[in-house]
Amino acid sequence: MLIDLFKKTRDSSMQMKKYTVSAPKPDITCKRCGTVLQANNYGRNLYVCPSCGLYGRLFARTRIKLTVDKDSFQELWGNLETANPLNFEGYEDKIRTLQEKTRMREAVVTGVCTIGGIKTCIGVMDSHFLMASMGSVVGEKLTRLFEYAAAEHLPAVVFTASGGARMHEGIFSLLQMAKVSAAVAKHSQAGGLYITVLTDPTTGGVTASFASLGDIILAEPHATIGFAGRRVIEGTIGETLPEDFQSAEFLQSHGFCDKIVPRNQMKRTLEELLRLHQTPKKPKRQVKKA
Amino acid sequence: MSTTVAEKMRIIHDPKRPTIDDYVNTLLDHFVELHGDRFYADDAAICAGIGTLAGIPVTVIGHRKGKTTEGNLAANFGMPHPEGYRKALRLAHQAEKFGRPVICIVDTPGAFCGIGAEERGQGEAIARSLAEFMNLRTPVISIVTGEGGSGGALALAVADRVLMLENAIYSVISPRGCASILWKDASRELEAAERLRITADDLLEFGVIESIINEGANVASLMRNVKRALLENIQYLQEEPLDVLLQKRYEKFRKVGVFNEI
Repeated sequence: MLIDLFKKTRDSSMQMKKYTVSAPKPDITCKRCGTVLQANNYGRNLYVCPSCGLYGRLFARTRIKLTVDKDSFQELWGNLETANPLNFEGYEDKIRTLQEKTRMREAVVTGVCTIGGIKTCIGVMDSHFLMASMGSVVGEKLTRLFEYAAAEHLPAVVFTASGGARMHEGIFSLLQMAKVSAAVAKHSQAGGLYITVLTDPTTGGVTASFASLGDIILAEPHATIGFAGRRVIEGTIGETLPEDFQSAEFLQSHGFCDKIVPRNQMKRTLEELLRLHQTPKKPKRQVKKA
Repeated sequence: MSTTVAEKMRIIHDPKRPTIDDYVNTLLDHFVELHGDRFYADDAAICAGIGTLAGIPVTVIGHRKGKTTEGNLAANFGMPHPEGYRKALRLAHQAEKFGRPVICIVDTPGAFCGIGAEERGQGEAIARSLAEFMNLRTPVISIVTGEGGSGGALALAVADRVLMLENAIYSVISPRGCASILWKDASRELEAAERLRITADDLLEFGVIESIINEGANVASLMRNVKRALLENIQYLQEEPLDVLLQKRYEKFRKVGVFNEI
């Protein structure tokens, strides 16, 4: 069930099978339908279960590889590292463990790339890192991304995923919502295009800030997207919610998402949208005619 | 001398604690409440309107709580739906048009979590509020008077001046919520409240609010101090050219965050 996947912080939606010995890459069992898949086939299918269609949650590096032109990604601000402003007990250890486990420094990767040959600023959140909750580093990297995009007149694409605020950073975490939203507005006022891609799960403070501010808002099929946690709402109203509540499809039907795009069409769709916002290059054509 | 978080939480939840209705009735002359977001409904959890503060026309927007159970039920305990934030934004833009300063009174456990709120885009409503208050071309002052609960509070706290009453709290998550996520034990609420650093003193030390308003011995002194703080800040902010005001507002939020560069 999708609900069961929601709070998972450690694994992706697919789990390694433990007892495979001979194969170089162990088989993978789909968490929803139980189909056993060869790792290579699963990867070739863009981490979507061919049997039930469940979308696996991607590592940021995988997402970037699937989205940008080959070898075009240059990471920016990868040197930002988490601090512990409240001296919250256990926070530093938690971050260190996650860094070793995920081989990432924080929950968002930012940089520049080309998509279909168009230079673009890109940010990718990774739910494997403390549910991609937004602390100071996530907020700062995204703010720098939008400020850079505004200054360089570049479009910005952000793949969102998040459990919400990083409570270990208290008020600093909350105020990242205002900080990033302000930078998005700055980029927008400078005429920049911002495309949001909502992926599973996008909730809380991220939904209530930059994830909802794209000029164009795309979503992956069946992704959970909402403000409040499902269980919080169920607790409030005292009944079980239908399965499609807070899905990408629910969002689209209520008017908060422009288009649901299957993973195998995402790159092409982004290319098309980016191309539609390019200013036409006149001089070349005139030269040819002459 | 210093009050513990536990005492503060008790004080701000006291049924006699002033609410938005007390502030507008005591501080303003000729307050006219205005209703509705013009899209869907009027949200009783947000009170908004215009009046004069010592002769200066102002727009006041705030979370509404009741003093009785019926009052609280009617106002949904100060937890707005999206239409509440859209009403707030509508009246903020109206204030911008007529050059009125905006005063926000923040006192909410958080934005409402429910089916209708999700269907009508709670996330979008708050996000838009953050982005548009940041660029509102008129002075904005927010006072956290009781509970500043998460994104539902922040939506009314993107301001040139964010002030807190001495017993107010302002937090990314309710202490109860934090305890139940972190330790799977909501009863460790007070421990979480201490760890989260949510008092006015904490936030002043962090540099994320501008000042603390002393409450004094009674409601009358509290109101006097709030009025003085508002007037001082409004007079100062009204002298700033708008471009400078907006630039400073941006910079103020831009610099928030603690991290290392390695």
